[in-house]
Amino acid sequence: MGKTVLLIEDEPNIIEAVSFILSRDGWQVKTHSNGHDAMEAIRRTAPQLVILDVMLPGRSGFDILGEMRADDALAEMPVLMLTARGQTKDREFAERAGASRFMTKPFSNADVLDAVRGLVES
Amino acid sequence: MVESSRTGSRVRERRLSQGMRQTELARAVGISPSYLNLIEHNRRRIGGKTLLDLAAALEVEPALLSEGAEATLIAGLREVLEHRETPEDAVEGIEEFATRFPGWAELVVEVFRDQQGLETTVKALTDRLAHDPHLADSLHEVLSVVTAIRSTAAILADTRSLEAEWQQRFHRNINEDSQRLAEGAEALVKYLDAAPEAETSMKLPQDELEAFVEAHDYHFPAIETGGADAIEEVLQADGTLRSATALKLAQDLLQLYAEDARRVPLEPLVGAVGDTGVSPQDLAARFGVDPARMLRRLAALPAHVTGPTGLVGCDGSGAITLHKPLEGFEVPRMTGACPLWPLFRVLGQPGAPMRARLRHAGRDDPAVVAMAASQTVQPVRFNEPPLLRAYMLVIPHDGADHADPAEEVGKSCRVCPRQACHARREPSVVKDGF
Repeated sequence: MGKTVLLIEDEPNIIEAVSFILSRDGWQVKTHSNGHDAMEAIRRTAPQLVILDVMLPGRSGFDILGEMRADDALAEMPVLMLTARGQTKDREFAERAGASRFMTKPFSNADVLDAVRGLVES
Repeated sequence: MVESSRTGSRVRERRLSQGMRQTELARAVGISPSYLNLIEHNRRRIGGKTLLDLAAALEVEPALLSEGAEATLIAGLREVLEHRETPEDAVEGIEEFATRFPGWAELVVEVFRDQQGLETTVKALTDRLAHDPHLADSLHEVLSVVTAIRSTAAILADTRSLEAEWQQRFHRNINEDSQRLAEGAEALVKYLDAAPEAETSMKLPQDELEAFVEAHDYHFPAIETGGADAIEEVLQADGTLRSATALKLAQDLLQLYAEDARRVPLEPLVGAVGDTGVSPQDLAARFGVDPARMLRRLAALPAHVTGPTGLVGCDGSGAITLHKPLEGFEVPRMTGACPLWPLFRVLGQPGAPMRARLRHAGRDDPAVVAMAASQTVQPVRFNEPPLLRAYMLVIPHDGADHADPAEEVGKSCRVCPRQACHARREPSVVKDGF
């Protein structure tokens, strides 16, 4: 069975590009594009890793992360947070909310691959 | 106090211009000529009864002796000191500086005011980046599109033998995204260009409001007769208000003024003051309004009815919201004022007005009578603690009452010489020389 990553992001062309590079890297990529039912998608997909955008329609990525960390089944799941605002405040917020790693837009493809590989190995 | 030491020079100037001899003046006020000589050469500090007697003999307002024409300038310089770590000799030389180099002193105050205005602008801009939701959204949009383009372009450039179908798809995506990016960038530039109100003046809105109140002496005849309908007319006729914020502040102030004038109309009030004098307690009862409203109303009467009056208003945080200046009673602009003022004390005792005789500590300013009352902000909501505003009417104290000396209060801690003060919140830059 391949490794599964769930990409939760609302920008369709980012979804497409990131999906492409991750599948070329051997991942099975599932995607989801809103905040409302992101938790269900995470539970349903049960991925090895979640890539989570902070600004999502319906619900903030921080909220979703908070709920994941409060849930025993999901508390340990690696989460890579994406945000467009690279302010230290957002970074601190993400760390406190329990993000495993944090990446600021615009990132490069190599950044994504490095981050994802790093998270799965650790 | 060294900083008030030029009072003697003014006594001398005034005496000479009256063509009076030293012995003559000394006899008139019951002091020895040699003592007067020391006073005139600023070797003895005077205040209280001697000052009042000298002023009477020289037929001049005591305030004019204790604070000359450069009073405003000195007040401005003191304000500069409040915002700076200042070497002690600067504090001591303040009056001499203002007297000897008025042009330079004015420049210092002006530069300081400009700088304060700039600081406020910078703060507003910083706040804007952090808190403007529209700006944050636009930036997020642009960064998202840039991310998509960057990632897609890298795939196109780096992937060897990319299938034609994928290639087409990514080309199409880049094309779409670049259009969105162009639109997003354009919108952002437009927004940043148009924003914030291009204000012509670097003054703080609060300064503008204070200048507005002072220019009209907090009396608006058009509203006295025309009520709230005349507010627009007053604002349009006024040339001092520049920024949109100041205009809004003035509008709120005039709304309150109009309501006060409606509840306590001018003519009956002038008549009543003729009967009782400036007695907010009797007048509030007579007109059936709360004391705070009556204090504001009395401050709005022309000086020929009440004599000179000053008014200070603050909200529950102690921020000054309204200020009609009275000479001899300074109110700091940016820093917190002295918590000993009745203005702030009545915030802790809603419904219980307070009257006190005050004098600024360490200054030759004449004593004033301050009357303060707080008022709940309407509408009051059930089960919510009330929001309070307080107002303080300040009038000169006529006649010296030595049996009951005025309470010493400060202007603000930084420039207050009261050493052992339980209300002090920060050390003073002023050392009391006496």
